[in-house]
Amino acid sequence: MSSKLIRGCVYLSAAVTFASLLFILLYIFINGLPHLNSDILSWKFTTDNQSLIPSLITTFIVLGLTLLIATPIGVFTGFYLVEYAKRGNKVVEVIRMATDTLAAIPSIVYGLFGMLFFVTFLGFQYSVAAGVLTSVIMVLPLIIRSTEEALMAVNDSLREASFGLGAGKLRTIFRVVLPVAMPGILSGVILASGRVIGETAALMYTLGTSSNLPSGLFSSGRTLALHMYVLSNEGIHVNESFATGVVLIIFVLIVNGLSTFLSNKLAKGTK
Amino acid sequence: MSKISIKDMNLWYGDFQALHGVSLEIPQNEITAFIGPSGCGKSTLIKSLNRMNDLVEGCRIEGDILLDGKDIYKSNTNVNTLRKDVGMVFQQPNPFPMSIYNNIAYGPRTHGVKDKKELDEIVEKSLRDAAIWDEVKDDLNKNALSISGGQQQRICIARALAVQPEVLLMDEPTSALDPISTAKIEELVTELKEKYTIVMVTHNMQQASRVSDHTAFFFNGYIIESGDTRKMFTNPKKKQTEDYISGRFG
Amino acid sequence: MKAKRLEGVMQGVFLFSALISVLSIILIIIFMFAGGVPFMMEYGIVDFLFGDRWSPSNTPSSFGILPMILGSIFVTIGAVVIGVPIGILTAVFMAEFCPPKLYKILKPATNLMAAIPSIVYGFFALQLIVPIMRNFSGGTGMNMLTAMILLGIMILPTVIGLSESSLRSVPRSYYTGSMALGATHERTVMKVIMPAAKSGIISSVILGVGRAIGETMAVVLIAGNQPIIPQSITSGVRTLTTNIVLEMAYAAGEHREALIATGVVLFVFILMINGLFMMIKRKESKA
Repeated sequence: MSSKLIRGCVYLSAAVTFASLLFILLYIFINGLPHLNSDILSWKFTTDNQSLIPSLITTFIVLGLTLLIATPIGVFTGFYLVEYAKRGNKVVEVIRMATDTLAAIPSIVYGLFGMLFFVTFLGFQYSVAAGVLTSVIMVLPLIIRSTEEALMAVNDSLREASFGLGAGKLRTIFRVVLPVAMPGILSGVILASGRVIGETAALMYTLGTSSNLPSGLFSSGRTLALHMYVLSNEGIHVNESFATGVVLIIFVLIVNGLSTFLSNKLAKGTK
Repeated sequence: MSKISIKDMNLWYGDFQALHGVSLEIPQNEITAFIGPSGCGKSTLIKSLNRMNDLVEGCRIEGDILLDGKDIYKSNTNVNTLRKDVGMVFQQPNPFPMSIYNNIAYGPRTHGVKDKKELDEIVEKSLRDAAIWDEVKDDLNKNALSISGGQQQRICIARALAVQPEVLLMDEPTSALDPISTAKIEELVTELKEKYTIVMVTHNMQQASRVSDHTAFFFNGYIIESGDTRKMFTNPKKKQTEDYISGRFG
Repeated sequence: MKAKRLEGVMQGVFLFSALISVLSIILIIIFMFAGGVPFMMEYGIVDFLFGDRWSPSNTPSSFGILPMILGSIFVTIGAVVIGVPIGILTAVFMAEFCPPKLYKILKPATNLMAAIPSIVYGFFALQLIVPIMRNFSGGTGMNMLTAMILLGIMILPTVIGLSESSLRSVPRSYYTGSMALGATHERTVMKVIMPAAKSGIISSVILGVGRAIGETMAVVLIAGNQPIIPQSITSGVRTLTTNIVLEMAYAAGEHREALIATGVVLFVFILMINGLFMMIKRKESKA
């Protein structure tokens, strides 16, 4: 193979990749922005306006609750794996295998499980509670992984210095290790947010697809992504779908920007 | 007769000037050693001789380096051919993660040799020249990373020989090896000078005095002194050279 | 004393948190299998897996998921054929050809690509690829090829991410070693760097396969969803994932159990793929 041919293929592939991304973004924005009007942003959903505001609020509710539960569990798991467990420990291996497997399970299987366990077995019905708990399990591996990586990047000399001053393990973790690892952990939490915001398959049969704002933990609702699915599946509200897509992408852009910013900060902090 | 002439060469990495007005003649079929403390410019110069410095961002060179009278930094120089003619062995043995055979055959294949029989011959000859044929001839399909460090380094020498270079650059080739492997490589190097012009960077003064015919002493980016090895080690002209070879600094 | 007790309590809390993942995966396995396996046994595993008729509302109803299994496999193969070469070469670009300034933009761009919700990808394909396909091949435009193209794009960030990091972890001495022999940058990358990163690149492909096979919401909008073994690349296709999503809303009794059993089959596929992935990873960390 000649060098020029190889170079050509490599450049072409990269061009295809990034052109598709750019194209998708532009296509959604150009078609969606003009329809992001007062109708679709009205306070209450009607079949006329197809407002996305209730779904937007529901998204925040589901996201907030999910993070509230998943963050401590995920971060604590990271603490255990990095700061407490000894290398080659069987428990660690089991936990790691569990998180790796959780990370590989497709959304739809989470959806089915959530439906079988939370919705039916525990009798939650289609509800915020069932949706949130399903999402919690789904995002756990993301938070665990990034916590682990962030903790491992913290220089051991910091820990030793803290122990050397007579600080206990707990104090060392919370006062010395955690602040340094914080940007990395946060960027994992933010990635998890992205996953929840974009999720459809896992929520469809747990949170349900009710178009109104949920009235409580045990009432159904729909997130933005679900809203977009319902709209595009019906096929009659194309413009509204585009507009919802724009809002979703803006969300994802914010979430990703934050996450990139924080991981750069972490990279600088541990150097 | 000079194989390589370096004439009044300056080299910068970004704003940092690593070599100042370096001039040196490297004679054919002899061994020239570069010695000096860390960061003195000896590795920088050896990497300029086959333009490996091109890979370093912000590297800028002034002056001439002539190989057989031709300037290697001329814009029409084919870098790949240059590197074929001026082979290089590195400090850390760096065999590719493939079989011993493929390691040796990699260079010839790169330069267009396809014939299986011809490749077989080149592989055997290179391994013989690198004095490792007897140790590996039954394991040619073994991964090159699975043999010992000393053997790996001789594989790397064989790999460099396989493209039939005229000059062999060795950047501290034994600093990562044990004494026995080092002795083998030194012995090999003295044999190789029959066919090749050898330039060797070394930290080890004894090695320079044992192996080389000529020595150049570097300090802070300048060549302080250069000349016949025996003369320089017994009767250095400059104070700094004397201090260094008698172990007072560096 | 008090501090010591707190240390002990918190260590317990951390361990407990860590065990939640284990508990979750056990619950998932139990509930999925308990929900699906009895039906498979009753209906007959062979009839279920290899039956080519899926007609839940007929009497008597039949629940053969062979069309969906094949659908998933075909669509995944197509996605791999389209996405993997582009993805790997893009990773090569990112690791070996990309100027640092451009990299600062492109790296976040690949992350963004991974984060765009499935539904947005699906909707995009529905609005754009489907009409193009309709002109090009006739019919509705919702077919296997459409799904392959979309999934090919969707697995790109997965393939790129892992391939790039494994290319970057190849020791730089291999690179200099090859360049010193007079090889060109391109030849060095193709003949030395890529083979050295092989296992990481293979892992990235496996993860991509996992992503393609598990994708649901993007596919459901554009694949046509006919539960028939596709006859050509422009036939409509239904996958395991879409089978579940399409019918779960109204399924009851046996039908519902058959859908859960479909989920079990998908789950087993994923476990196998993941097992393969872990095996390669383990082998790599040993070497």
